[in-house]
Amino acid sequence: MAELSKNDEREATPNVSEVDVVDAHSETEAVAAVEAPVDRGEPILQIRGLKKHFPLTQGILFKRQVGAVKAVDGVSFDLYQGETLGIVGESGCGKSTVAKLLMNLEQATAGEIFYKGQDITRLSGRALKAVRRNIQMVFQDPYTSLNPRMTVGDIIGEPFDIHPEVAPKGDRRRKVQELLDVVGLNPEYVNRYPHQFSGGQRQRIGIARGLALNPEVIICDEPVSALDVSVQAQVINLMEKLQDEFDLSYIFIAHDLSIVRHISDRVGVMYLGKVVEIGSDEQIYDHPTHPYTQALLSAVPQPDPEAREHRERIILTGDVPSPANPPSGCSFRTRCWKAEARCAEETPLLAVPQRFQGGDTPANHESACHFAEEKDVVHAA
Amino acid sequence: MTIIEDTAPVPAPGGSGDAPLLEVRDLHVEFHTREGVVKAVNGVNYNVHAGETLAVLGESGSGKSVTAQAIMGILDMPPARIPQGEILFRGQDMLKMSAEERRKIRGRKIAMIFQDALSSLNPVLSVGYQLGEMFRVHQGLSKKEAKAKAVELMDRVKIPAAAARVDDFPHQFSGGMRQRIMIAMALALEPDLIIADEPTTALDVTVQAQVMDLLAELQREYNMGLILITHDLGVVADVADKIAVMYAGRIVERAPVHELYKRPAHPYTRGLLDSIPRLDQKGQELYAIKGLPPNLLRIPSGCAFNPRCPKAQDVCRTDVPPLYEVTEPDGTPLAGRNSACHFWKETIHG
Repeated sequence: MAELSKNDEREATPNVSEVDVVDAHSETEAVAAVEAPVDRGEPILQIRGLKKHFPLTQGILFKRQVGAVKAVDGVSFDLYQGETLGIVGESGCGKSTVAKLLMNLEQATAGEIFYKGQDITRLSGRALKAVRRNIQMVFQDPYTSLNPRMTVGDIIGEPFDIHPEVAPKGDRRRKVQELLDVVGLNPEYVNRYPHQFSGGQRQRIGIARGLALNPEVIICDEPVSALDVSVQAQVINLMEKLQDEFDLSYIFIAHDLSIVRHISDRVGVMYLGKVVEIGSDEQIYDHPTHPYTQALLSAVPQPDPEAREHRERIILTGDVPSPANPPSGCSFRTRCWKAEARCAEETPLLAVPQRFQGGDTPANHESACHFAEEKDVVHAA
Repeated sequence: MTIIEDTAPVPAPGGSGDAPLLEVRDLHVEFHTREGVVKAVNGVNYNVHAGETLAVLGESGSGKSVTAQAIMGILDMPPARIPQGEILFRGQDMLKMSAEERRKIRGRKIAMIFQDALSSLNPVLSVGYQLGEMFRVHQGLSKKEAKAKAVELMDRVKIPAAAARVDDFPHQFSGGMRQRIMIAMALALEPDLIIADEPTTALDVTVQAQVMDLLAELQREYNMGLILITHDLGVVADVADKIAVMYAGRIVERAPVHELYKRPAHPYTRGLLDSIPRLDQKGQELYAIKGLPPNLLRIPSGCAFNPRCPKAQDVCRTDVPPLYEVTEPDGTPLAGRNSACHFWKETIHG
């Protein structure tokens, strides 16, 4: 608790240059086995071996477990202050479950989530409440994530009911109006209802609610996928502006690979509950080494008709296997054109492939494949 | 400045003089609601030839799907009304046909693929039964024959182990497989024209690529016309021959696919192209079209795009721009290119 009181004093105004983000405790953090690159400082979030298995039961009265859906199956990554980590993958790969675990909306089956060195999966009660203030979420669907019976002012101000220390009662209306202004909405709209707004405006309301408590981390689960193309750009630009202004760290979950590249500093690719490749946006998009990443990127339709004859397309066969019964070894092997006997026996670990280690090459990033090989699939030959 | 008659047919991009398979002329569709008349489609003209893919691009509310539903004759009337326009299929106006005549065209000559396969299939009937229905109803085949045909179709859309899966129900298939069944259903009677309304929007990219590939392959095989309705500029670039961009119920730009991406002639198209992030490079700040798409109850006067347009002048607020014929700076006409912008010259050449 003590380490959080500092945050409680933070000015809740949108004027952010004053927001104090120096973490006095970073020195005392003692999380083992993290080789953080020197220039980025200590990570604000460290995820280690995170698992979420949903039990499959049979029987009505005496339920017995007959298996488990391994939605998230051993995920590890770091998030640094002020950066955006994109997470991409197809539906069912577990990216939204990761978001819920980070928010502590789901109880992890195994693994740790360190927020500034403190494992939040073990927290409860007041300690958990205090941490939650600093990790907020923006949801996908701006139509169902806002209560239709509440005014915009009440929606954005509701976090203050739970954390009254951020805004004293008399001050709330002013704070809400400031937040509306920050996200580019007219502050006079406080008494309107969600149905009076368009999709893009509603997503701005969702973002304002996420910002209300001055969080350090915002988890965005498909924040623009429900919006029209011309409105997506507005919301993306707003999110980038807010990040600079408030020194926010984003975890940006999306299935649209172009948008993820645009907004992310680093990108993690998930397949069947695991991160299969992670690196900077350039490493992942221009120098992917995992076959799944390559297939995924090559399948993205690009807005360039000239490229359609010149791009190599890797068309995967079949569908994603069921996470209740994932293949042995590498879970991608059933759809992989490189798969050999070894892939069925030995699970590849997420690490820099041996052949690229130490090399001054963009392929020098973590990839969970026995036969990792660099291949540019995004640029026309 | 040359202005083409808004009802004039546009020559096909190949310049082939043959008559179009389908031609929509000056189509208007409105919905009568309690709040007033929603003008969803306000004078749309487009055509598609056999073997050709026309992409209709637009955001939600642009009227792209309503136009398709009008072609299929599946609009609920009322509240919808078609006060004006013609939909010519092989030269015959379908809007003047009797319900019985249209029924003969629907499914047999023109078929449609919907976005959401799960809600378009009946959950309590097996896919084999639903596919076979096409043959039982339209061709009077027996149950057994129809089922054999269904297996054949499932094979053709590359559903593995078709014979074993013909009695499965829709929920037993994955999203991509369900969309294949929808395609199979559309293909069943070997139509001349397929209208695909956001056929891959609900699918993951790897599956989307499979489905689009399949659709393109089958289109070539049967030499079908395809109207692809989408909001995805990437998908359009991959498959379309020509594009019609819609905004607030009107076509604002028409062009062959390469031309449109290279040099758009309407500020809305240009804005759309600039606002999408790129996969192959990390861009700077995205260009964002300001404002919101208009409320169709209150479409702005003049050009509907004028409140959001960076180039808007006084004339844009008063005069509705016709579909101008787009030319090179020296006046050479550009085949199949039109723009509904008073300042198309500045937009394309400036």
